Amino acid sequence: MGIETSCDETGVALLRWEPAQPGRGLLAHALYSQIRLHAEYGGVVPELASRDHVRKLLPLVRQALAEAGLTPQDLGGVAYTAGPGLVGALLVGAAAGRAMAWALGVPAIGVHHMEGHLLAPLLEEDPPRPPFVALLVSGGHSLLVEVKGIGEYRILGDTLDDAAGEAFDKTAKLMGLPYPGGPELARLAGQGRPGMFRFPRPMTDRPGLDFSFSGLKTQVLLAWQKSDRSEQTRADIARAFEEAIVDTLLIKCRRALQATGAKRLVIAGGVGANRRLRAELAAAGEQDGFRTYFPRPAFCTDNGAMIALAGAIRLAAGQQQGESVDVHPRWDLSGLPPAPQALAGQE
Amino acid sequence: MNLLAIETATEACSVALVHGDDVIARSELAPRRHAELVLPMADALLAEAGISRHALDAIAVGRGPGAFTGVRLGISLAQGMALALDLPVITVSSLAALALEAPWTESDELGQGDEAAVLAVIDARMGEIYAASYRRSGAGELLALDAERVTAAETLQLSAASGWHVVGSGWATYAEPIQARLTGPLRSADGARYPQARHVAVLAAAEFRAGHVLAPELALPVYLRDKVALTLVEQGRA
Repeated sequence: MGIETSCDETGVALLRWEPAQPGRGLLAHALYSQIRLHAEYGGVVPELASRDHVRKLLPLVRQALAEAGLTPQDLGGVAYTAGPGLVGALLVGAAAGRAMAWALGVPAIGVHHMEGHLLAPLLEEDPPRPPFVALLVSGGHSLLVEVKGIGEYRILGDTLDDAAGEAFDKTAKLMGLPYPGGPELARLAGQGRPGMFRFPRPMTDRPGLDFSFSGLKTQVLLAWQKSDRSEQTRADIARAFEEAIVDTLLIKCRRALQATGAKRLVIAGGVGANRRLRAELAAAGEQDGFRTYFPRPAFCTDNGAMIALAGAIRLAAGQQQGESVDVHPRWDLSGLPPAPQALAGQE
Repeated sequence: MNLLAIETATEACSVALVHGDDVIARSELAPRRHAELVLPMADALLAEAGISRHALDAIAVGRGPGAFTGVRLGISLAQGMALALDLPVITVSSLAALALEAPWTESDELGQGDEAAVLAVIDARMGEIYAASYRRSGAGELLALDAERVTAAETLQLSAASGWHVVGSGWATYAEPIQARLTGPLRSADGARYPQARHVAVLAAAEFRAGHVLAPELALPVYLRDKVALTLVEQGRA
C-alpha cells in the first residue's frame, strides 16, 4: 500500500510488486484533492490540510482495498511519503501507515516524495530504465536530476526562486484568475494567439542548469497592466507566458541530456501534465534522438501509486523503516541510499 | 478485555494496556519525541502482558484538545492500528484524562456533601487555555460539569463548587487569573500534570463495556480551536 499526504492531496494505492512491468501490478488507486478547501483561503493552509488528511485517509484506504478486492491482512508492506512536504500533513500519513504495518507485522518504508514523482513513469507500459535524466516540475519543485540507478540521484539543476508550477499559479493570480490558477492559465494559453507578446527565457543566456521563474511574473504584470485587459489579451499573455516557461525547460533539458550523455528523458510532477510541455519535449526528442517518458496526467500530480511503487522498490531491496514514525519536511533527494538491482533488467 | 490506549496530546507521551483487571503503562515527558516512542512503548506493554496485538479488543486514544500535531499523531496511530486489526476505537477527552490526575479523597466523592470539583486546564498558547471541570463519583469515574472550551483564563466561567482541585499546564502559565475565577477555595493545584494513557485506558474501558465504540475512520480529533486561518474575504476586510 502506498500513502501520500505531503501537501493538499490525500492518495492511497495498492500495488502488487511486478519488477519487470510495475504498472501491471497496480490494483487500485484512490485520491482526494483538497483544492476547493484551500481556494477560499487563496493558498494551502497547512493546518487545514493536516485536518483534512485525518478525515479522508481511512475512507480512501477502505475505498482502495474494496477496489482491489483485498483486506488489510493481504498487505505485504506499507509505504508512505515521509518528506519533503508540510510536516503536519506528512505526519498523518506516516503515523497511520506505520501503525498499520506495525499492526499487521509487515515492513514499512518512508518514501521520498520526489523519488515517487521521478519513478512514476515506471507505472506506464514500456517503462524507462536508468540511466535517464528526469525533469521534476510541480507547484513546489523544479528539478533536473541525473538518475544513474534507483537511489543514485544527482541534482543537475534547481530553481533559485519560484517553482514552475508556482510561477503558473502566481501569474494567474496577477491576471485575476482564482486560486489555483495555473491549470486555468494553461487552458487560456490554448486560446491565445501566437506572437502577440514575448517574454524572456530566464537564465538561458548563460551556462548552467538552474532555473529562475520569479522575474517572469513581473514581466507579465507589466504587460497586463499596460494592456486593454480583455479576455483575448489575457489569453494572448497566457500563451506567451507558457511558451517562455516551456521553452526555458526545453533548453535546460537539452543541456542536461548533453552534459550527461543520457538518451532518455523522464518528465514528472504536476506541470508534467502541461500539454504544450509534453508536445514540445516529445518533438525535441524526435529531432535530437532522445526518448521521452511521461506518466499519465493522473500520476503527474501527487498520488498514492507513485509512493506504492517507490516503496515497493525499496522494500524489494531490503530497506525498511523502524518503529519510529519519522518525517522529513526538508529532505535531500541526492542523499538517498542506492537500491541496486531493485528493478529487473536495469542496465 | 485487552485494550491499548495512546495519549500524545501534550508534552507527555504515554501508552497503556488494559489486560484483564490490570492496567500497565509507559509514560515519558518527551516533547517532540512522541512519534518515535509510541510503537516501541506498545511493544513493551504487549510483551510485559505476554499477549500479541491480535489479542486486542479495542484501541483507545486521547482525542484532544491539546497540541494539534500531537493530537493528530495519536489519532492517526490509533486509526491505522484499528483498521489493520479490524478493531473499534474509543476516543477519550484529554481533559477528562487529565482530570483523573487530580488528588482524590473520600470527601471529594459525589454525595459526601463537601465534594470538591476538578478543573482540568491545558495551556492552549496564544493567551488561552483548554478547560473543562468535573466531579468524581468514585475513583476513575467522572461527571462533566460543563463543556470543554478554549478561553482566556481571565474570562473562564465555572459553576458553583465547595472547593477546587486544579490540574494541568494551564495552571503553570495562568495560576493567578485562574484562581481569581474559582467559585470556592483552592484545595490543590498542580501545573506539572499531563493527560496520561493510563487514565484514557480506564475511561475507555468503561465506554467499551457500555458499547460506546467507533469505527476507526470516525475516531477524529477534537481541537476546540477551529479558526486557524483567514479566508480571502476576511483578509480583505482586515
